[in-house]
Amino acid sequence: MDLELSESELAFQAEARSWLAANVPAQPLPSLDTPEGFALHQEWEARLAADRWSVVSWPREYHGREASLVEWVVFEEEYYRAGAPGRVSQNGIFLLAPIIFEHGTQEQQDRFLPTMATGERIWAQCWSEPEAGSDLASLKSTARRDDARGGWVLDGQKIWCSRAALAHWGFGLFRSDPEAQKHAGLTYFLFPLDAEGVTVRPIAQLDGEAGFAEVFFDDVFVPDADVLGAPGDGWRVAMSTAGNERGLSLRSPGRFTAAADRLLSLYAERPDPRVADRVVDAWLRAEAYRLYTWGTVTKLKDGGDIGAAGSVNKVWWSELDVALHETALDLLGPDAELESRWLDGYTFALSGPIYAGTNEIQRNIVAERILGLPREPKGAQR
Amino acid sequence: MRFELTTDQRDFAASLDALLAASDTVAVARAWAEGEHAPGLALWARLAEQGVTMLATEATPVEVCIAFEALGRHAVPGPWVESAAYLATELAGSAQEAIASGTVATVAVPPHTPYALDADVAERVYAAGRDGVRTATPGEPHVSVDRTRRLFSVAPGPVHDTADRSQEAFDLAVLATAAQLLGAGERVLADAVTYVKQRKQFGREIGSYQAIKHRLADVRIALDFARPLVHGAALDPAPRAVSAAKVACADAAYLASRTGLQVHGAIGYTQEFDLSIWITKIRALVTAWGTPAFHRARILDSLVGSHG
Repeated sequence: MDLELSESELAFQAEARSWLAANVPAQPLPSLDTPEGFALHQEWEARLAADRWSVVSWPREYHGREASLVEWVVFEEEYYRAGAPGRVSQNGIFLLAPIIFEHGTQEQQDRFLPTMATGERIWAQCWSEPEAGSDLASLKSTARRDDARGGWVLDGQKIWCSRAALAHWGFGLFRSDPEAQKHAGLTYFLFPLDAEGVTVRPIAQLDGEAGFAEVFFDDVFVPDADVLGAPGDGWRVAMSTAGNERGLSLRSPGRFTAAADRLLSLYAERPDPRVADRVVDAWLRAEAYRLYTWGTVTKLKDGGDIGAAGSVNKVWWSELDVALHETALDLLGPDAELESRWLDGYTFALSGPIYAGTNEIQRNIVAERILGLPREPKGAQR
Repeated sequence: MRFELTTDQRDFAASLDALLAASDTVAVARAWAEGEHAPGLALWARLAEQGVTMLATEATPVEVCIAFEALGRHAVPGPWVESAAYLATELAGSAQEAIASGTVATVAVPPHTPYALDADVAERVYAAGRDGVRTATPGEPHVSVDRTRRLFSVAPGPVHDTADRSQEAFDLAVLATAAQLLGAGERVLADAVTYVKQRKQFGREIGSYQAIKHRLADVRIALDFARPLVHGAALDPAPRAVSAAKVACADAAYLASRTGLQVHGAIGYTQEFDLSIWITKIRALVTAWGTPAFHRARILDSLVGSHG
C-alpha cells in the first residue's frame, strides 16, 4: 500500500504544472454561460488542445496523450491547483466521449472526437424531460423510423439541458419502440441543436445565467449515422455515462482540494473562531475525497468496477462542494451576498445534489445495492 | 501508487476477524464489565500469539490499523491502545519487549488521556509526563459510560527508561483509536442493516422505507470516507493526518451509533441487547485520546500555519 507516484508520473506532473503556470489566464474568465464567456472558454479549450492537455487520457490521434488513470487524476489536481478555467466542453469530454469510444463506430469516432477535443464543437447533455428527471426510464420523447430517408424522426421535449443555450450539438435518449417496457426501446441519438425542427429555449438559473435550456423537437430528422449504439439499446449505452458522471470522471478531487486551499487562505486572512471547525471539516472532507479517489483509481487499475460506489462518491462530492462554499460565505460575513468567485461557486455547487441523479436517488442506490435493503414496494413511491 | 490493502494485509485482517468472530467477544466484554477478567486475558494472550502486540514495533501503522479495526468491530475489551500502540512505541528495551510479547500494561497520558484504562488488570502501570514515562501506582477507579472501561487515577513514581518518542506514541495511539472507532462503526451498521431487513412494521420490512434507507446510506458513506483517512494517516502518521483520521472516524462511528440505536428502537436502548456494548464504547472513544475539538484545533493550526 502506498501513495507514491512513479518517476514517469512525477515527470508528467511536472510537465503539466509548468505548462499550466505558463498558460492559465491571469484573470478568471467570464461565466461560460454568457456568450462572451463561452467564446473565451472555447479559446481556452483550443489552447489546451494545441499542446495536448484538453483530453490527456485520449489516444494521440484525437489530440490526447494516452495518459493513464493515475496521470489523469494528477493532471486534474494540477489543473485546479493552478486556478485554470472550468471546462466548457465537460459534458462532451466526460459524459459523451466515453460512450463514443465504447459504442461509437470508427466513422463516428473520427467525425465527433477531434472537434470535441479542440472545443470547436461544444456538446449539451439532453437527458431529462418534464416528466422524467432521475427516472429516465419514463422518457416520453419519441423517435419514429423513417426508412425512406434512412434515419429517425424525433419529437418531444427535453429540459434542464446543460450548456444547451450556447452549445452546438446535443445527445439524449428517445423512445424508439412505444411497445417496449420502460428501459427497453430507447435509442441514443446525437443531433445538431440548429437542425430544422429543433427549438432551444434558454432557462435562467438561480444566478441569472442560462446554464441550461429546454429543447423542443418537432419532426427532427436524424440519419442512422448519428445513432449511438444499436437502436433500442439506448438505456444500456446511456448507463455507462451515468456511471461516469456519478463516479470518478466528472468530479476529480482537484476541484475540491483547490477550493479547500482557497478556503484556508480566506480563513488565514479573516479568521473567525466561530467558523473554524467548519473550515477544518471542509478541508477534511476534501482530503478524504482525495484519498478515496486514489483508492478508486487502484480498484480500477486492478480491473475492478466502480458500480454503486459511484453513488457514494456522488453524494460526498456534491455535499462537500456546497459545504466548502457555504463555509466561505459565512467567513465573508456581510460581504457574502456581493457578487464574487465564492458566490458563483456557491450557486454552481447548489446544483450538485440535484443533477446527475438527485442525492435522494443516490442514497436509495447505496441502500439497495450496497447495503442490500429491500426495494420500496410498487406504488409506495408515487 | 497502490492505495489499497495488499493481499497479505487483507489475509491478516480476515484471519483476525475469523479468530475474533469465533471467540464470543460479546461474552468476553460482558465478563470484563463484571470484573471477570480471565476470558479477556486469555483472548489477549491469543491475540499476542497472532502478533497483535508487536505490530507497533515489528510491522507498520497500516497493520496496527487493521488490527485495531478488528478489535473495534468485535468490541474486544482491555487497554489495547495503551499497551500495543502507545507504550509499545514510547517504551524502550526490556519494557518494550515485554509489551510486544503480551504483557498487559496501561498508561495515563494527561491531559488527553488523564486516566489509566484497566489499571486493575494491567501488570504494569505508567504515567506520561513532560520528562517521559514513569511507572505509576493506580488510585481510585472511575466509572466509564463504557462498562468495559475502568479508568484509574494514577500517582506517578520514578522516571522510567523511555525511547523519548512520546509524540509518535501519542499519534499512533490516536490513529489506533480512530481505527477502533471505524471497526465499531462498521459493526453497528452491519447489525442495523441485518435488523431492518427483518423487523416489520405496517406490513413490510422497515428497511424498505426511504427514511430508514437514507439514514443508513449516510452511515455507509461516512464510514467509506473515514477509511481512506485512516489508511492515509497510516502511510504517513503526521499529526495532522492522524487527527483527521480521528475526527472522521469519531464522527462516522458516532453517526453509526445514533442511527443504529434509532432504527432498533427501544430494544437498542437496553443494556441486555448487544448493541449497547458498541454504542457506549463509541461514545467513550469519541473523546478518548483527544476530543474532536482538540483534533480539529490541531488540524487548523497545522493548515493555517502552513498558509500564513
